[in-house]
Amino acid sequence: MANSKPRVIVVGGGLAGLSATVKIAESGVPVDLFSMVPVKRSHSVCAQGGINASNEVARQQGYSEWMHVDETLYGGDFLQHQPPVYDMCHEAPKIIALLDRMGVPFNRTPEGNHDLRMFGGSLFKRTHFAGATTGQQLLYALDEQTRRHEAEGKVKKYEFWEFLWPVLDDSGVCKGIVAQDMRSMEIRAFRADAVIMATGGCGMVYGKSTMSVICTGGAAARCFQAGAWLGNPEMIQVHPTAIPGEDKCRLMSESARGEGGRVWVPRKKNDPRGPGEIPENERWYFLEEKYPKYGNLVPRDIATRELFFICQQGYGVGGGRMVYLDVSQLPMETKRKLAGILEIYEKFIGENPYEVAMRIFPAVHYSMGGMYTTYTGKPDGKGMVPGAPNNMSTNIPGLYAFGEVNYQYHGANRLGANALLNCIFDGLFNGPSVVNYVRDVVKAPADHTPSGAFDAIVSQEEGRMRRLLESKGTVNPYKLHARLGDEMTDACTVVREEGRLKQALENVRNMREEFKGVRLTDTGMWTNQNLSFARAVGDMLLYGEAIVLGALERRESRGAHYRIDYQDRNDEKFLKTTVAKFNPVTNSVRLEYEEVPLPLLQPRSRTYGAVETKAEKTAEAPATVAGKA
Amino acid sequence: MTATHTSAPKVPAPNVKQFTVKVKRQDKPDSTPYWDEFVVPYQPNLNVIIVLQWIAANPITTAGKEVAPVAWEAACLEEVCGSCTVNINGRARQACSTLIDVLLAEGPVVELAPLTKFPVIRDLAVDRQRMFDSLIAIKAWVPIDGTHALGQGPKESPPNQETRYALSRCMTCGCCLEACPQYTLDNSFIGAAAISQARYFNMHGTGKTLSDHRLTVLEGPGGITDCGNSQNCVKVCPKEIPLTESIASIGRQTTVHAIGKFFTGK
Repeated sequence: MANSKPRVIVVGGGLAGLSATVKIAESGVPVDLFSMVPVKRSHSVCAQGGINASNEVARQQGYSEWMHVDETLYGGDFLQHQPPVYDMCHEAPKIIALLDRMGVPFNRTPEGNHDLRMFGGSLFKRTHFAGATTGQQLLYALDEQTRRHEAEGKVKKYEFWEFLWPVLDDSGVCKGIVAQDMRSMEIRAFRADAVIMATGGCGMVYGKSTMSVICTGGAAARCFQAGAWLGNPEMIQVHPTAIPGEDKCRLMSESARGEGGRVWVPRKKNDPRGPGEIPENERWYFLEEKYPKYGNLVPRDIATRELFFICQQGYGVGGGRMVYLDVSQLPMETKRKLAGILEIYEKFIGENPYEVAMRIFPAVHYSMGGMYTTYTGKPDGKGMVPGAPNNMSTNIPGLYAFGEVNYQYHGANRLGANALLNCIFDGLFNGPSVVNYVRDVVKAPADHTPSGAFDAIVSQEEGRMRRLLESKGTVNPYKLHARLGDEMTDACTVVREEGRLKQALENVRNMREEFKGVRLTDTGMWTNQNLSFARAVGDMLLYGEAIVLGALERRESRGAHYRIDYQDRNDEKFLKTTVAKFNPVTNSVRLEYEEVPLPLLQPRSRTYGAVETKAEKTAEAPATVAGKA
Repeated sequence: MTATHTSAPKVPAPNVKQFTVKVKRQDKPDSTPYWDEFVVPYQPNLNVIIVLQWIAANPITTAGKEVAPVAWEAACLEEVCGSCTVNINGRARQACSTLIDVLLAEGPVVELAPLTKFPVIRDLAVDRQRMFDSLIAIKAWVPIDGTHALGQGPKESPPNQETRYALSRCMTCGCCLEACPQYTLDNSFIGAAAISQARYFNMHGTGKTLSDHRLTVLEGPGGITDCGNSQNCVKVCPKEIPLTESIASIGRQTTVHAIGKFFTGK
């Protein structure tokens, strides 16, 4: 029996959630869209630099969709599945054309074509952009199309609703969700024939990151506890250039370097002079020297480590954890393309980056890992079977993961300007797979699922809420969260090591115990943000444990995962996906490993043409050399 | 595009160890507002969000009473999502990008209150749904034929793109409406944000096919004629969107549109 009145739930209203919503609603299947914030305020707005796609200009210079595939796999250190990457890169030009039709104000050349910029991990201009607020412009275009479908009654928005748990029927198939109205605090179940998680990254596990405060990873952690697996949770991207802050680290887009911005430190340690007073020959452009081919545009994991180590050696600005990102020398015309980010620096730091070099440092930025998903590949490995009902399905039938929360596409390191692409691609290309699933595969529609399955989860969540409200403990959830963030940042970011990771694992597990003693200062039942936050802290602690355990057990270095005690990539042992599973009996995480198939490309060594450099090496830095002599 | 090339003068750090924050609170939409006062330790580079986070972790008033943390909306903390608009020392602005040093240079007390032109949900959180409803009313979208691959979109000149880009940065934060003397809690004026969005879509090759609808809406009750031309909106827009230019442009468009309707009888 075909399902005559299917419905789909989308959780999350960023680029992935909205592109899925638009695609599915357009095919005639109604969508219920859940989000903790009005969808126009989703974290996708923070993406700055652009979106990658092969294009005519690059093509005529030797670039191609295949090279985009190659760059993405090389950038990701070959950890990702290749068929989905193949499709993503080949669909990219069509996605750009569609966004254009939706009215995205992409920057233009004098003739009216798309202007393009350089981006990390590529030697070709293949990044389309709208100023330096590309994510905002793309999200708005999809928000507008979603609103159109909402006006036509095909989409129902549930904004200010928080996802709490997926609902599975007797045979383990996802049939809906339980969610909470963040204003009235009502907890209720919603039925659907398929649920798409599009809930983004988990930066808040690290306390401070470039992510929005809503990016807790809580939704993924809840699905994890309900039986969904995680893939490569240890793969966390640390972006090289951010402005550290007490509340968050604000991103300074890679587009600053794509447009010609240069990273440097004074050649002389603890140089007391301001950046403008240091002459050219006393500046150490350490990325350009070490990577003559890619320069400042090496992939993020590499740039981050170089910045980190240069500061560790004492070359940071003023001896601290800062390096210069300098756009001051660029022509005004170029700087205007960066106005969106330069104004952020100016507003928050109070210095004028048009004239003075910016001071930046790496910060946690993106989760390559996430919910584990599968797909049906073509026999030759060149892409997925379009519309196959299991494309980007989790291990729970009927539960899908799109966008950043999906572990696919980026392997051990994501290339700049591939995230916006991945999110929109998931929605547009894999949305039809969900439609096919609800129309053709679902045998028992969600309307027929006995209400017991829904009631059980509603009472589970009411119980979880009540325990928090009634707790007589003494632990402050905000302070516990800050400690988790400090521990994760210290143990599990740029440089990782066995002993420290073991200690972190123990500390995070102890914090999970402490969480049982969390006490709320707000026990009311109206817009209780204290409750929502505290509950998410519990989920972040579990997600943190999965990250640390994954990092501990991956005894090699690959992409963003750098082990100082295992500095080489070990394909024989670890060209494998970390699959994390939750054991509800022991309340703990366990790991399994799954071979990564290589139908299209064999791994090669990943050097980006590095050469040896030293601050003293150049004769133009006599001060340092003389000092040593 | 209005790129700023000169910095706001850097404010000297105030010589204080702590400072007072007054928060206007309201437990429920229909309950009576009241004020709570907190003393917050000073450190450099504070913004209003950091202060609210500190209060959430230490919700003790100056009277020594433990209270519920202040409710407020926030997401990106880098002034691009539009969530955290609050009246700060009497002016609507984003809590994330408002620096405490700047406020303390104005006076010793930081005063936070919810926007007054939207119904209060709780404390500093208000309901701005009316802004999103206005976007539906003016059909703020490009009516594409669907998401299938149908080739490239229209070419666009750089000046047209630059104007559209400036308009497209509206984050529906509500500052312009809070500052507008004509926009009130209970009237029907659509306000500067939606008028500017109408201009944005009317400038796009495909978007302008709905301009008749948009102009008809904006000629009607609550439309462009309710604008009192105070020009407050453009002064408070955190994204420096040329809102008064948009209002003038839509004013011209509606005039031409109305004359057209008069002569064609449509």
